[in-house]
Amino acid sequence: MAVPADPFPRLRPAGDQGLLVEFGNSVDVAVSERVLAFDAALRARPFDGFTESVPSYAALLVGYDPLAVAPAAVRAHVKALLAEPHARQASVALHELPVCYEQPFAPDLADVAQRCGMSEEAVIAAHLSGEYRVFMFGFAPGYGYLGGVPEAIRLPRKANPVRGMPAGSVVVAGPMCLVTTVIAPTGWWVIGRSPAQIVSIHRERQFLFEVGDQIRFRRIGRDAFDALESAL
Amino acid sequence: MSRAVLLVEHAGPLTTVQDRGRFGYLRYGVTEAGPMDRQAFAIAQAALGNPDDAAAIETTIGGVALRCIEGEVTVASVGGGFHCFLDGKPVGAWGVFSLREGSLLSVRPGYWGSWTYLAFAGDIIAPAWLGSRATNVLSDFGGQRLAPGQHVEIRDAERRPDRERDLALPVTSRPRQEVRVVLGPQDRFFAPETIRRLLTESFILSNEYDRMGVRLKGPKLPIVGALDMPSEAIPRGSMQVPGHGDPIVLLADHQTTGGYPKIAVLASVDQDGFAQLRSRDSVAFRAVSAEQAVSAARTRHSALQQYLASLRQS
Repeated sequence: MAVPADPFPRLRPAGDQGLLVEFGNSVDVAVSERVLAFDAALRARPFDGFTESVPSYAALLVGYDPLAVAPAAVRAHVKALLAEPHARQASVALHELPVCYEQPFAPDLADVAQRCGMSEEAVIAAHLSGEYRVFMFGFAPGYGYLGGVPEAIRLPRKANPVRGMPAGSVVVAGPMCLVTTVIAPTGWWVIGRSPAQIVSIHRERQFLFEVGDQIRFRRIGRDAFDALESAL
Repeated sequence: MSRAVLLVEHAGPLTTVQDRGRFGYLRYGVTEAGPMDRQAFAIAQAALGNPDDAAAIETTIGGVALRCIEGEVTVASVGGGFHCFLDGKPVGAWGVFSLREGSLLSVRPGYWGSWTYLAFAGDIIAPAWLGSRATNVLSDFGGQRLAPGQHVEIRDAERRPDRERDLALPVTSRPRQEVRVVLGPQDRFFAPETIRRLLTESFILSNEYDRMGVRLKGPKLPIVGALDMPSEAIPRGSMQVPGHGDPIVLLADHQTTGGYPKIAVLASVDQDGFAQLRSRDSVAFRAVSAEQAVSAARTRHSALQQYLASLRQS
């Protein structure tokens, strides 16, 4: 007889400085909304010793200072807060990111087109038609995982990562799109480059968007790319 | 006030400026960074009576050599079993001493330990980012990696003969070969026999070891069942197990999220001692509850605070 799984949300210890609150085991908007609603509720009513919370696709890591609060008290606070209804208060911002799909910024565009049985223009049109949601940041500063790549251009990751892809690369894999912020290897498909700096030390607002925000892409040519990049 | 300028004559890889860390930005993909051995770093700063946000130079087995080309400054050298030389003569590697114009300070690996610190009576000039001068290795936004030929400027540099001394090496600053872990959050992806092997057999640190983390070699820890786990946040000290079955312990520059199961997380109290192990050292793990790990962290903290206070005031 199958043992029924614990209902979500589930609480799991993550060492002696963190409690992981799981809201599901899939990448979908409804689960992500529950994560963000609870994140907002916790940050509005933190417990003594709360350090920071880290949202991801389906879970929230709740950090605490072990010198200031005991794990049992963290669990009790989290459970009490989970029992209350909460909705995400923050208004969702919509951001438009410019992308240049021209060469040499799009080394994988032809390959993606061939694998999807489409023209390069159709791949670009599909990418531009997507409405994306920032599910989480991870890996490196400002690496926002943007869900919403249209079905027609969803591909599994490459078998082997390619090293040294420049910052600003617009990459896709499966349902996710990402604008890179550092020079790094990637196994995702590079279809363009954006001059928008997701993280910048030269702006007052250092990170361009928040988890939960909406993103659209706007096509620009090489001249506009160069002008925007030199303006930053 | 005066300044001191140090010329980097040699810097092994992973020689960086670090402060205590950059906190509160994990949600933007920004790791804490900061010292690999936080206790040693705190002792170095306390020995000079420095403020809480002071920075230091961290180095590892590759070592570092700094020539004082202007001014004079007192230095605290703390962490691991390294060797320290002033103008070619050995000085206490756990100690406080002064550099004068022309002095050459060099730090080389000794018999044990992976990380060591040079703190200064004065303020290291390095770029701050999000309130911290810890080096973010991925982006190079805050702090600084040191390379030969570069200058390090110490603002408000002072020579403090009153603080020069040898420092006692606390037993808790030694490498720790038995490390406490809290099982979870994804121990459910492993068979009971696999958990038993994790907690009863020993592992060896591989040479895949940097500030991000270290891969361990030992019994393989196979994942069972479907991996229905979207990527999620990773706390420092997490033991993540990718498909190859070798656990990777994630340290100061850990990635902020990951999609492989975390079988356990190292108790915070043992993370410094774990980081001072070297490649090829062996380590064993013992399970404790989160409550037990917290209680150990508190006991260690109060003992350390007493020691730091005595260092600061003298």
